[in-house]
Amino acid sequence: MVTLEEARAIAAAVPDPELPVLTLGDLGILRDVVRREDGGIEVVITPTYSGCPAMDAIRDDLRRALPGASVRTVLSPPWTTDWITEEGRAKLREHGISPPGRAVALTLSPRCPRCRSPRTRLVSRYGSTACKALFTCTDCLEPFEHVKEI
Amino acid sequence: MTEPVEGTGKHGNPLNSLAIGDDCLVLSHRLAEWITWAPTLEEEVALANLSLDLLGQARALLSRHGDEDELAYLRDPGEFRNCLLVEQPNGDFAHTVVRHLLYTAFLFELYGGHPEDEVAAKGVKEIAYHRDYARVWTLRLGLGTEESHRRMTAALADLWPYTGELFEDDPGLRAPWDAFVGGTLREASLAVPETGQRTGGRRGEHTEHLAALLAEMQSLHREHPGARW
Ligand SMILES: [Zn+2]
Repeated sequence: MVTLEEARAIAAAVPDPELPVLTLGDLGILRDVVRREDGGIEVVITPTYSGCPAMDAIRDDLRRALPGASVRTVLSPPWTTDWITEEGRAKLREHGISPPGRAVALTLSPRCPRCRSPRTRLVSRYGSTACKALFTCTDCLEPFEHVKEI
Repeated sequence: MTEPVEGTGKHGNPLNSLAIGDDCLVLSHRLAEWITWAPTLEEEVALANLSLDLLGQARALLSRHGDEDELAYLRDPGEFRNCLLVEQPNGDFAHTVVRHLLYTAFLFELYGGHPEDEVAAKGVKEIAYHRDYARVWTLRLGLGTEESHRRMTAALADLWPYTGELFEDDPGLRAPWDAFVGGTLREASLAVPETGQRTGGRRGEHTEHLAALLAEMQSLHREHPGARW
């Protein structure tokens, strides 16, 4: 039987289906791993956005990674991009996706992940998933996705 | 049906989760109707994401009242409690933008007044982006060409009659809504229309548009009972 510590590490290492460069641990959507009364493992997760279509896939991936585990979904406290770890932010940057700033304002424009220029322009508030917006760098002209603050 | 447990918001009223769940479901379906029809690829992706957020909120709110699939697929129009505004047809893009501005400005205030409700507490952050999306498009179209200004004016005249109903349950939301919507329209050089008001959605008395929407939304489930999403 896996220890709680091992189960936590396994659950945290499961990749996110929509942002596979990040793990569930990096994204902060893994909230807890606990021992059930019957001795089994319960994994507690929270969705990034209310309508996140990846939740079913995430539940399946977790049950595959931890056979016998149950998965519980909670909405409170609501997920925030502030929960994305430093390591997660570094991975996003490496993959050309601009990581979120502190979740306060809608208006701060992100730096270009390619040339680091702060001169970037919002193209669309919604990218390929609800959590991303589309930007273009006005210096190097690179189009890029930005994980928007929430 | 199980009796939902609901707290009391800042303005003293509990969140009417059946009515708001129906609002979110119907508006989500309207936005999904744009898929493959949107004016540009970016807007198509944006509208699909707005639709998904609302679908997620609808599912969480409606599941407090029973099986979400039965509630979505097996009720008749008269059993839906959504407001008349969200069932109005997409029309042109101006109508969709105006409907989204008028409704999400309301939902933002409503959710913001219910921090004790987990769907509202999460949803308010998503709806802040919806309201901003609608505001930016309102400015762009209101200040755009003569044609875009004319279409926005027409959309406002068509949809304004359905705004009074939003505040039936909680009149306290009217002032902050007026401030945001009025300010946005002024900035977009659009006038607040003077029109009569129509209500009835919260009592199950809908415009003819809801029946047509539900006929499409429910057809698969009614033909194949038990189909799951
Ligand atoms: Zn650049």
